[in-house]
Amino acid sequence: MIHLLPLALKSAWNRRATLALTLVAVALAVALLLGVERLRQDARTGFAQAVSGTDLVVGARASPLQLMLYSVYRLGEPTATMDWASVEYLAGHPAVAWAIPLSLGDSHRGFPVVATNQAYFDHFRHGDGKSLSFSQGRPFASVFEAVLGAEVAGRLGYASGHAIVLNHGAGASLAVGHDDKPFTVVGILARTGTPVDRSVHISLEGMEAIHLDWQGGAPMAGLSIPAQHVTKFDLSPKSVTAVLVGLKSRAAVFSVQRQVEAYRGEPLSAVLPGVALARLWDLMATGEQVLRVMSGLVLAVSLAGLAAVVLASLNERRRELAILRSVGARPRDILALLTLEGLVLVVLGLGLGILLLFLLTWGATPWLQTHYGLAPESILLRGQELPWLGLVLAVGFLSSLLPAWRAYRLSLADGLTPRI
Amino acid sequence: MSESVLSLENLVFRWPGQGTACLDIPAFQVQAGEQLFLQGESGSGKSTLLNLVAGVLTPAQGRILALGRDLGRLGGSARDRFRVDHVGLIFQQFNLIPYLSVLDNVLLPTRFSPRRRHRAGDPVRAAAALLGHLDLDEALWSRPALQLSVGQQQRVAAARALIGQPEIILADEPTSALDAARQTAFLDLLRQECAAARSALLFVSHDLRLSAGFSRSVALADLQRDTP
Ligand SMILES: Nc1ncnc2c1ncn2[C@@H]1O[C@H](COP(=O)(O)OP(=O)(O)OP(=O)(O)O)[C@@H](O)[C@H]1O
Ligand SMILES: [Mg+2]
Repeated sequence: MIHLLPLALKSAWNRRATLALTLVAVALAVALLLGVERLRQDARTGFAQAVSGTDLVVGARASPLQLMLYSVYRLGEPTATMDWASVEYLAGHPAVAWAIPLSLGDSHRGFPVVATNQAYFDHFRHGDGKSLSFSQGRPFASVFEAVLGAEVAGRLGYASGHAIVLNHGAGASLAVGHDDKPFTVVGILARTGTPVDRSVHISLEGMEAIHLDWQGGAPMAGLSIPAQHVTKFDLSPKSVTAVLVGLKSRAAVFSVQRQVEAYRGEPLSAVLPGVALARLWDLMATGEQVLRVMSGLVLAVSLAGLAAVVLASLNERRRELAILRSVGARPRDILALLTLEGLVLVVLGLGLGILLLFLLTWGATPWLQTHYGLAPESILLRGQELPWLGLVLAVGFLSSLLPAWRAYRLSLADGLTPRI
Repeated sequence: MSESVLSLENLVFRWPGQGTACLDIPAFQVQAGEQLFLQGESGSGKSTLLNLVAGVLTPAQGRILALGRDLGRLGGSARDRFRVDHVGLIFQQFNLIPYLSVLDNVLLPTRFSPRRRHRAGDPVRAAAALLGHLDLDEALWSRPALQLSVGQQQRVAAARALIGQPEIILADEPTSALDAARQTAFLDLLRQECAAARSALLFVSHDLRLSAGFSRSVALADLQRDTP
C-alpha cells in the first residue's frame, strides 16, 4: 500500500491548479468552523473572568442583564443611578466584605471612564482570583488624577504624566468635552484580559468635579468653574451607577440578594453574575446554534466540492487507471489510491485551515481587546478543538470514498481498455 | 521440445447484449518464446481476446491456460497478481502515465510485483538497459512521459512490458500510430528484446504487412469455430 503514496501525490500534483482551489475552500471552511467555536468560547471565558471575584452586582432597578452589561462590561449606556446612601447601606451590611462603587457615563476617545474609589484597586478580582496590579505608577490620590487600563495606554501611547481630557457621554469624538478640567495620568494597570484594560479610572470626586457646572447632561449656560476652584465645593459623590459587592461568605448570597431587592430607600436590583451570564448565553444559544449549523454547512459544501472535483477528474483519468491496472494495480489498489488522494487533500485543507485560524486569531486579538476587553485563551490549537478536527477528517475521509468507489467500479468495467 | 505458455480450449466469450458470441475458439496455443502475429479485422475481437488472456475478462465457457494455470479458476485478485507477474502489455496508444517520468513509467511493474522486481535484478539498471536497447536517449529518462513523441512513448511502453522478463508479452496494435519506417524499426527492436528476455510475444494487428519476421502468423478468423 505504501508504494501508492508517491503515486497519489504525483497524480495530485499533476492536477494542482484545480485541487488548490478546492483546498482553499476546505481551509476557509475549517477556519470558519473553528473560528466561530473559538469566538464563542473566548466570549464565555472572557465574560466569566471579568467578574470572577464579584458575588453581587447592585444597581438601580433594571434588567439583570443590562445592569451586568454596562457595569461590568461597559457595553451600552447606564439608564439610572442609585443614591450614595444605598452605597453606604451596602458597605455597612454585616454580610458584605467589600463594596466597589462605580460611576459611568463619560469616555475618553471611545474608551469608557469609570469613576470609583480605592476599594477598586484593593478588592476587584478577575481571572482565577487575581487582583489588579500596576505596571506603572500608583492609584489616583487627588481629584484630577487618572489610572489607565493597559489597552488604553497601549493603544493611545500614554504614559504617567500625560494630560487627558474626558468627554461627556460615550461618543468618541463629537461628544461635548470637559476640556477645562484635564486629568493627569498617574498610573497604568497591568493587562488583565478583561474590560478593565480598556477603562479610564478616575476618583468619584473627580467625576463630581467635572460635572459641577453641568446640569442634565449639558454645561450650564453662563456658569464655569475653573479647575483650581473645585475643591471649594462639596465633591463627595451623590450617586453612582452600580456597586460590585463581595461577601464574607458565598453562602449568604441569596439572602443578601433578597434583602437588597427589598431595600426601603429606593428600588434596587442585585444580580448574581453567574446567573445573569447563564441567561445571556441562553439568549445567544439560538444564534450560536444557527452560526454553528451555517459553518457546518459551509464545511459540508466544501468537502462535497472536493469530492466533486476528484469525481469529475475521473473521466480524464480513466486511462491512467487502466494503465495502472495493466501494470498490476488491483481494483483495491485503485480504491486505496483514490481514498489516499482524498485523505491527503483533506489533511492539507485541514492544515491550511488551522494555519488560517491562527492568523485570524492573531489578527483579531487587538480588535477584540480594544472593543470587548476579550483576550483569546490561546492562539494555538486547543484541546477542545481536536474533536472538531477529527470530525472534519472523518467526514473528509467518507466523502473521498465516493470518488474512490466510482474509480473502483470504472477500473473493473474498463479493464485494460478504457472506453470514453 | 517446446511447452505452451498459453493455451485456449473451447473458449466462448459474449459481450452482454450481443446476439452472437464475439469469440468462439476451439483451440489455440502459443509456445514459450514464440513470436506470434495474430491478424484480425477491426471489430473482430482482437482486443477482447487480449483482455481475456490478461485475465481482465472471464470467458463464459472454456478454459484459458496460462503457464499451466486455469485463469477461470483464479479469483479476481489472483488474476491481477498473475498478470503483473507474468504478462507485459503494450497498447495501441496512451500507454504511459503522463505525469510520471520515463524511468518511473518503466519501473511501474516492478513496484507492483515482487517477482518482476526480483527478476529484474537491480530494477533501475534493468530499466536503463532496456531503454538503451530500445534506442531512447538518456536525456529523456527523467522527463515526464507527456513530453515524448508517440514513437518514443511506444518504445517506453515496450521497455515497461519487458522489464522483469515476463513470460508473455501482449501487444495490441502498438505501431498503428507510427509511420511505415518507424513501424518496422519498432517491431525489430521489440522482437529482438523479446528474444533476449525469452518472452513469448503475441502481437495483434489488422495490418498483415507487419507479419514479416514473426515466427508464426495466424488470422483470428481462422481460429474461430466455423459457423454453420
Ligand atoms: N465493453 C464492451 N461492451 C460491449 N461490447 C464490446 C465492448 N468492447 C468491445 N465490444 C464489442 O466486441 C467486438 C470486438 O471488439 P474489440 O475491441 O475486441 O475489437 P478489435 O478487434 O480490437 O477492433 P480494433 O481493431 O478496432 O481495435 C466489437 O463488436 C465491439 O463492439
Ligand atoms: Mg482493438
